[in-house]
Amino acid sequence: MSESFRLRAEEALLPSIVALLIALILGDVLILMFGESPAHVYSRMIEGAWGNPYGFAQVLYKTTTLTFAGLGIALALRAGLFNIGAEGQLAAGAFGAAIVGISLPAGTPGLVAVPLCLLGAAAGGLLTGGLPGVLKAKFGAHEVIVTIMLNFVVLALLNWLIVERLRTADTLHTPEINAGAVPRLSEFIPAFHGSAANVTFFFAIAAAIWCWWYLFRTPGGYALRATGLQPDAAEYSGIRVGRVWIKAMALGGMLAALGGTNFVLGYKHYYEDGFTGGSGFLAIAVAIVGRNHPFGVVIAAFFFATLSQGGLAIHALVPKQMVEVLQGIVILAMAAAVPEVQRALRSARKVVAA
Amino acid sequence: MNPFDFITQTLRIAVPYLFAASGGLVAERAGIVSLTLEGFMLSGAFSATLGSYYSGSAVIGVLAGAAGGLLFGLLHGIATVRFRADQVVSGIAVNLLVIGLTQVILMLLFDSSSNSPRVEGFQAGLSGFGDPLVWMGLASVPVVAFLLYRTPFGLRIQAAGEHPEAAASVGINVRFVRYVAVAISGVLAGLGGVYLALDQHQFTNNMTAGRGFIAIAAVIFGRWNPWLAGGACLLFATAETLQIQLQGVGGIPSQFIGMIPYVLTIVALAGLMGRAVAPAALGRAED
Amino acid sequence: MSAHPIRMAGIDKSFGPVRANRAASLDVAPGEIHALVGENGAGKSTLMKILGGLVEPDAGTVEVNGRDVTGWSTSDAIANGVGVVHQHFMLVPTLTVAENVVLGNEPRRGMLFDRTRALTDVNALIQKTGLVVPADRRVSELSVGEAQRVEILKTLYRGAKILILDEPTAVLSPPDVRELWTVLRKLRDDGGTIVLITHRLDEVIDISDTITVMRAGATVGRMTTSETTPAEIAKAMVGRDVALSVPGRETISGPGATADRPSSAAGALLLEVRDLSVSDSRRIRVVDGVTFSIRAGEVLGIAGVEGNGQTEIVEAIAGLRDIAAGSVVVSGHDVTRATVKDRRAAGIAHVPEDRHRRGLILEYSIAENLVLGAQDEFSKRGSLDGARIDAHAREQIAKFDVRPSTPAPAARTLSGGNQQKVVIAREMGRSFTVLLAAQPTRGVDVGAIEFIHRQIREARDAGKAILLVSAELNEVLALADTVAVMYRGKFAVTMPASDATPEVLGPYMTGGNSRDAA
Repeated sequence: MSESFRLRAEEALLPSIVALLIALILGDVLILMFGESPAHVYSRMIEGAWGNPYGFAQVLYKTTTLTFAGLGIALALRAGLFNIGAEGQLAAGAFGAAIVGISLPAGTPGLVAVPLCLLGAAAGGLLTGGLPGVLKAKFGAHEVIVTIMLNFVVLALLNWLIVERLRTADTLHTPEINAGAVPRLSEFIPAFHGSAANVTFFFAIAAAIWCWWYLFRTPGGYALRATGLQPDAAEYSGIRVGRVWIKAMALGGMLAALGGTNFVLGYKHYYEDGFTGGSGFLAIAVAIVGRNHPFGVVIAAFFFATLSQGGLAIHALVPKQMVEVLQGIVILAMAAAVPEVQRALRSARKVVAA
Repeated sequence: MNPFDFITQTLRIAVPYLFAASGGLVAERAGIVSLTLEGFMLSGAFSATLGSYYSGSAVIGVLAGAAGGLLFGLLHGIATVRFRADQVVSGIAVNLLVIGLTQVILMLLFDSSSNSPRVEGFQAGLSGFGDPLVWMGLASVPVVAFLLYRTPFGLRIQAAGEHPEAAASVGINVRFVRYVAVAISGVLAGLGGVYLALDQHQFTNNMTAGRGFIAIAAVIFGRWNPWLAGGACLLFATAETLQIQLQGVGGIPSQFIGMIPYVLTIVALAGLMGRAVAPAALGRAED
Repeated sequence: MSAHPIRMAGIDKSFGPVRANRAASLDVAPGEIHALVGENGAGKSTLMKILGGLVEPDAGTVEVNGRDVTGWSTSDAIANGVGVVHQHFMLVPTLTVAENVVLGNEPRRGMLFDRTRALTDVNALIQKTGLVVPADRRVSELSVGEAQRVEILKTLYRGAKILILDEPTAVLSPPDVRELWTVLRKLRDDGGTIVLITHRLDEVIDISDTITVMRAGATVGRMTTSETTPAEIAKAMVGRDVALSVPGRETISGPGATADRPSSAAGALLLEVRDLSVSDSRRIRVVDGVTFSIRAGEVLGIAGVEGNGQTEIVEAIAGLRDIAAGSVVVSGHDVTRATVKDRRAAGIAHVPEDRHRRGLILEYSIAENLVLGAQDEFSKRGSLDGARIDAHAREQIAKFDVRPSTPAPAARTLSGGNQQKVVIAREMGRSFTVLLAAQPTRGVDVGAIEFIHRQIREARDAGKAILLVSAELNEVLALADTVAVMYRGKFAVTMPASDATPEVLGPYMTGGNSRDAA
């Protein structure tokens, strides 16, 4: 392993490790406040998440949504843009998939229907992610604020569509889709019975591999990363920075939106108001802890999915919202640790070099 | 509904916005991004509930609420000023942390996952104007304008947000200024939450329901000027009053009225109504 | 003997691997205007930042008025009457002149900011010093000259007795400069001590009483202005017997460099720029109707004080700035409205003046940087062709002598000279017809300078058209066939290099001989 690779790996991984350690310690304190033993709580958590097939499958289900949304955020961040709109993009994607699935005649073969539904989801993401990209490129509108505001607009718009146009009586969801549903994993692994984990999990893994390939192996990804690192140098070299921004936000929006298919195509088979439940925000943590690397995102998504599934198992001991507290601590520690660790590493190297 | 009731209802709805927007404005003018307002408000609401519950006094509730906002203001300050954490990320983390912590402590103290017991508030009267917090909320705009434009510290806040190096070169401690500014924003936004909790005589989960983000929208739509931001709060509150009043009347769906603050902010940011210029050093760590 | 206002000795300061000061010293007597001179990167600014409390020295002592103040803070420095006027203005654009002047030291009435008194005080100071600025105007609405007056007012308001000015004339027009000299002399006569950082010899002779010369971080000379000559100062600055009395090109370019200069009349017109105008973000014309053309095998060198539109003219030709009026034609193709990419395809290569901001992606490897802008050509079926990128890198690294000589290290880890070689290798290692070289040797070591100069000469000999912009007059004289001096957005003069000497060009650089001078 080359020296420069080792240094880069150190810089990439250390902040995540430091942040997780800090969260672990503060988590201990909280658990002790409830008069429980941290070791006991953590082991119950792991047990609940990984100790039985159902729990593990649920972890995979949650990993799927978080991976898609985390990839959407990470891709935009690689272009230097902060996409806080994954929550709205997830919803728009789910809605898009549901609309296509509802419009298709029953009995449409899966090989036709599933890709069409995925396209429907992607279209939702294209709109909700592309708009902030265009506003940024054309008018310099700050994407953080625009995506936040757009979340509210999208959710309100979808709420209106559901309530006024598409509702199934006495519910807040659309009718069921006629076609495009994908099999649950329990059809292949019976032990997963009862879990919502489904084939879209593999779509998420495929999306991560595609992201890695795109970012690090294609000229488009090369230009995208160059834009994120040094927009002035990218512009100098002939890369059209504004176009890269639009493309990154549109692609990011589409990736996040595909996360909505996990719920619609794999689980409930309809779009339901409020199904995202903050996954789009948690995905920000996923992207950051995964250091914006597609495979890092998958691992971080799995980690946060484990926390959230494990949180259910410890509810008898401590409130499951403990998990949200831990998530907040991880993000905060991460944000504080990245500049700090980088500085420490650089000065340590300088001493070694001198 | 008569015009007087309409106006009083609008003002009552505006109170938490005015508090939070005034606070957010102070932090942003000092160069600290205020995506934290939601968390500050929620923390203020929760602390006020605890204070009032254990003391039986609404006044103690107000003080506790202010302290709750201050606590998370300082946390955001330490993360972004001392550790130079990304201000957007830190803001999101603070919000998540407050949502989680309020629920965990609610469980710990009251064994409820949704709401606190009833607590003491102020005698608001029919119009709501018996509540001193209403007056404080209305006053927060002139107070912040006064702070920014009429005090030496206000000048320093502006300098820290526009050109921190220039401020540092004349011996101003930019870090200190930013700490104080973010603390003020914590307290003010916290008071916005206090008003919500004491007005409803209890804390309910996530009771701020996105009001912190509407306050940010008001700051941006008001172009980082306290008077304009205050005006934006009143505008958004008017829309909300209309939404409540028009419910069931037909016409414009309530969801569309609810979108108004967000859409206006996006439009303002796109420069379609003249450029909204943020403080030049907003979001930039001082070094 | 009365204590000297400033006495600095044995000052060492490093920033990472860069040693900005090594055993530097400075001794300033009371009541004098002292010039601190040296080339770019000689360590003048760092030494003054240490004096002003912005930077702490690694070693050495700083005495002010006989008191050891080593390692003091900005506020200490201000409180003890040391004021720094920075090269980059330290003004808050949204505040008024008066607010900027009193910032950090505001007059109060109770706990309030006393705006009325701030205005009165600042106006009184303006009256007293002759530094005329509208006190109630916002700084964002001021001209550059006015902004600088505000900077000086700021330090005087704080009672500065020792005034440090960092390159104060770089952005000023000649009348503004004359006015500044009047003010500085008045301040000196009122008992102030002034240190002026500059690399312009005419100014040194004009205004200073004594001179300290710095080179490569160290103090190399101290002289009395009335007893020295520009040539002597220049010799101390550069460290060899060159700069002004003999034509500069011989010394820098090495033996034989000028002898084989081909006649420039023969080649085809490769770059034609007509009536080019460029505006900055405040809609001020920074390039104002410039016309020139460069033939194959010709080097046009643009000299001049920085900030007179050189950056903008290059960026406009490269496609990085909007062209307000005029046209740019490359080999017969009008590229005035073309994208950066199309201009590159038309034959433009560009060595940008700031390699850290524009020229390199610092986190990318050497190999990746060598294909920046050509990433699409180095791909196969939609994927980057790693093997070809690697082979290309090895080839260019060998050809342009980049060290370390492997493709993998990040550009950030290279020395300045090697970073510049990567940029040169990328831009000149592919086919091009027009080379824009902006400050091509800034901040690189001597070996790299000679290498880069050789590359430029070889390109000229190979029939390329070259536009060279440099703040180093010697570099322009050494390489160019035709020399133009840029002053306030226009060419003040254009002449064959054979007629150009620093003596001839100098006045044009300061607007002296220009017909356009206001």
